[in-house]
Amino acid sequence: MSIPGLTVSELLGKLATGELKSVELTQACLDQISAHDASVRAFLSVDAEASLAQARSVDQRRAAGETLGLLAGVPVAIKDVICQKGTVTTCASRMLEKFVAPYDAHVIERLRAADAVLLGKTNMDEFAMGSSTENSAYQITRNPWDLERTPGGSSGGSAAAVSALMAPLSLGSDTGGSIRQPAGLCGVVGMKPTYGRVSRFGLIAYASSLDQIGPFARDVQGAALLLEAIAGHDGRDSTSVPHDVPNYSQTVDHPLEGLKIGYAKEHFAPGLDPEVERSVKDALNIYKKLGATIQEISLPHQKYAVAVYYLVAPSEASSNLARYDGVHYGHRAAQFDSMVDMYSASRGEGFGSEVKRRIMLGTYALSAGYYDAYYLKALKVRRLIRNDFDEAFGEVDIIATPVNPTPAFKIGELVNDPLAMYLSDIYTISANLAGIPGISVPAGFSSGGLPLGLQLLGAPFAEGKLLRAARMFERETDWHTRIPPNMVVTK
Amino acid sequence: MHTTTIIGLEVHVQLQTKTKVFCGCTTAFNPTQPNVQTCPVCLGLPGSLPVLNREAFTLAVKTAMALNCAISPYTKWDRKQYYYPDLPKGYQISQYDLPFSEDGFVELEPLETEEGTGETRRIGIIRAHLEEDAGKNTHDDSGRKADSQVDLNRAGTPLVEIVSQPDLRSPSEARRYLEELKLLLTYLGVSDCNMQEGSLRCDANVNLHIHTDDGHKIPTPIVEVKNLNSFRNVELAIEYEEKRQLEQWKKTGQKIGDVAKETRGFDAARGVTFAQRGKEEASDYRYFPDPDLVPVIVSEEFLEGIRSSLCEFPADRRKRLAAAYQLSTYDASVIVGQGLEFAEYYEEVAKLCGDGKQASNWVTQDVLREMNERNQTIAQFPLRAAVLGNLLGRITSKQITIKSAREVFATLLSETHARQVLSSHQIDQIIAEKGLALVTDTGAIEQAIADVVAKNPKIVADFKGGKQGAIGPLVGQVMKAVKGADPAVVRNLIAEKINSM
Repeated sequence: MSIPGLTVSELLGKLATGELKSVELTQACLDQISAHDASVRAFLSVDAEASLAQARSVDQRRAAGETLGLLAGVPVAIKDVICQKGTVTTCASRMLEKFVAPYDAHVIERLRAADAVLLGKTNMDEFAMGSSTENSAYQITRNPWDLERTPGGSSGGSAAAVSALMAPLSLGSDTGGSIRQPAGLCGVVGMKPTYGRVSRFGLIAYASSLDQIGPFARDVQGAALLLEAIAGHDGRDSTSVPHDVPNYSQTVDHPLEGLKIGYAKEHFAPGLDPEVERSVKDALNIYKKLGATIQEISLPHQKYAVAVYYLVAPSEASSNLARYDGVHYGHRAAQFDSMVDMYSASRGEGFGSEVKRRIMLGTYALSAGYYDAYYLKALKVRRLIRNDFDEAFGEVDIIATPVNPTPAFKIGELVNDPLAMYLSDIYTISANLAGIPGISVPAGFSSGGLPLGLQLLGAPFAEGKLLRAARMFERETDWHTRIPPNMVVTK
Repeated sequence: MHTTTIIGLEVHVQLQTKTKVFCGCTTAFNPTQPNVQTCPVCLGLPGSLPVLNREAFTLAVKTAMALNCAISPYTKWDRKQYYYPDLPKGYQISQYDLPFSEDGFVELEPLETEEGTGETRRIGIIRAHLEEDAGKNTHDDSGRKADSQVDLNRAGTPLVEIVSQPDLRSPSEARRYLEELKLLLTYLGVSDCNMQEGSLRCDANVNLHIHTDDGHKIPTPIVEVKNLNSFRNVELAIEYEEKRQLEQWKKTGQKIGDVAKETRGFDAARGVTFAQRGKEEASDYRYFPDPDLVPVIVSEEFLEGIRSSLCEFPADRRKRLAAAYQLSTYDASVIVGQGLEFAEYYEEVAKLCGDGKQASNWVTQDVLREMNERNQTIAQFPLRAAVLGNLLGRITSKQITIKSAREVFATLLSETHARQVLSSHQIDQIIAEKGLALVTDTGAIEQAIADVVAKNPKIVADFKGGKQGAIGPLVGQVMKAVKGADPAVVRNLIAEKINSM
């Protein structure tokens, strides 16, 4: 197996023994980017020199016998929604085309402390609003398994980069499924941690009460390592929770005894692709063979999740994005007549249509006279959705669901049908509303050769259990070892 | 026909924290170096998040306690959304439907007028909530249309907004309310209430109740006069509104509800209020709970900790001073009204000299006069309480006369050049140099009297003949011979001496 095809633990092993240098590994990633990113278009920016310099420094410190961090020498790609000091951080928006972040996000500080190599910034839907990475102001990212199809979104660049062997690890953000959905469509592992598990400091907000940063990797162990590196309390994020971070990477291989897995009848309703349904049922059978108890549960308010999400998220977004007004930083229109005109022209030019659509939705939902009927009611239903999960996790440890209703759809297929696009997040959205963790793992392929994903959901802060359950399944399957045929490693 | 003026005030007070309410930047007043006291949080940069400053919340709670408000056990933060260049996030973090405190009052001391003492006035407080300040825009007033500029040094400074009930009934009462509020907040050390630096700002809601001769009451439309930057301007603006609203009513007959609430500015140079351009649309701030902050649960222990750290409120201090030192209500008010340090100064002097009334006379007259002439605060005043107390103690113990004490007081202050702090040791020196000590050695006085009486037989005869005033020159001669003798004592002794002859 070539260097880029190795798993993170294999890479760390070879780096530790000196068999592999970080510079070689980083160069291999850069070569893979050179070879394939012209067609995949996962990255918005790659600073090869800076990455190689970091890699060289790690190699030197290793040679000098220094104790190194958890991810020493491993390249990580970063979704361009996360501030990295000195780099242009665009959120894939014209609005922030020239915005150079003057500070590091908490997760970037953590990655630096773990001695990871920061490889580059990945493409996304503008301000993380979308499910296909088609809403980027700069480029459309393609699914490495089929370049005619989308990688999903909004963290499509981060998912595609890992899927196409351009980076062993990447960070995404997940507000309604933006990590799990593209992970499922690209055949990689993607995890959304519990709300509050990872600091949002330096994550450019879309919907503050739903946003959470999480890892992409090609296997569960890689996701566990990256989560372990970035999780933990941060006093600069008031919603960050001061719980200790378990050593996920140490326990991930321990199978769970007496595991109880639930599946919700509401998740197997019309609209679900039969091949996707089959893959989830196959997964449940594998767990059954491993000795797990499989049990039907009910999430009666699941059907409201998309509606609730499209009130809560746009409401918060309409407020979070008010700061992009052309006054202090970001895009300012060249021509305007008055102050108000400056605001509207700058925002009109700086934002794409999906961002404008959600700002308008949210502005409407928060307006006097509508607040109670929309926003407040949505908050109440959100609570009921959380209650459904609390009740379910009283009975089972893990809930298994599809990730996406269908395999990857074609680029352009849903752009003119926002509602159909919104429904592609139907299985992932409720975890954000409830604040619970979820992971997407590769679970097969469609007859057309497209990856299918399995989503596992856990109780709040049960990431350790979730990773172990995911690893149990992964050990019994080889879906995660498959590599997109077009993404051959040339060097 | 007669009218009643109805006034409610909204006061914004900057809290004296070292750092801003949601980030670690300093709150120092620094208008000459714009935008240096900023960070990603108060600049509203992408990805930054607010974290509540515990000290700001503590000072806010102190403020609310001083206003006799009920403190809510649960409070949260809301975003008030509007666009303005001094508001970098496009929203202000404030409190909407669950302010941390509500329903309090401020008491105004009864006024003493020629008709006698009035009543204590209780002004209701609707609510006090904590929020962040915006930055400051400066526009080119020269007419050359230079760019407007924004300074965000102030953005994120903690503010408490105090909203009164419409309980105030006259411009002067509005002013008294503000003075009492300022006194209260400076006593507690929660704010310096410096209006020049913008740490206290006031908006006034004003209308009239017109009582017609046929017994009807007609309220005029409510007007909000914004950004009044001195107590005097608050008074003047309301006085102007009283006249303007009455004339307006006579002209148009418009009453409350006929027109939307109007926002007006105040032109201090011309002494008039003026209509401000209406907002582009009816303001809908789209308040909603800030998802970046967590609600605050206020525990009883937290409140008890603050309560036990509170100093005595001015109203309580007035009552206590009047009772403990036998002061008139007026004197107690003057002392307390000068601020916490002044009251502390007074009490130290009173305790040291053992005569509260004497101390009050000196502090409210001599000390205040000198302070004003020197343009000093009590903290800067060179004659410290210990020294003045020592000086006045000598009056109480009859070592010197009040007149001599005034001489010492003036000498001490004239010698200082307003730089060094004076000590009690200097009092001894001045008394000695000027021979001001009251002589209590009766032997010396008796000897001098005997001499004087022997040398002035004519006066002795006159006195014996019934001319009581005749011994005046004798008293003078004795005083000249024995410096520091008490003239009243000398007069009595001379009379006794002559009578016994």
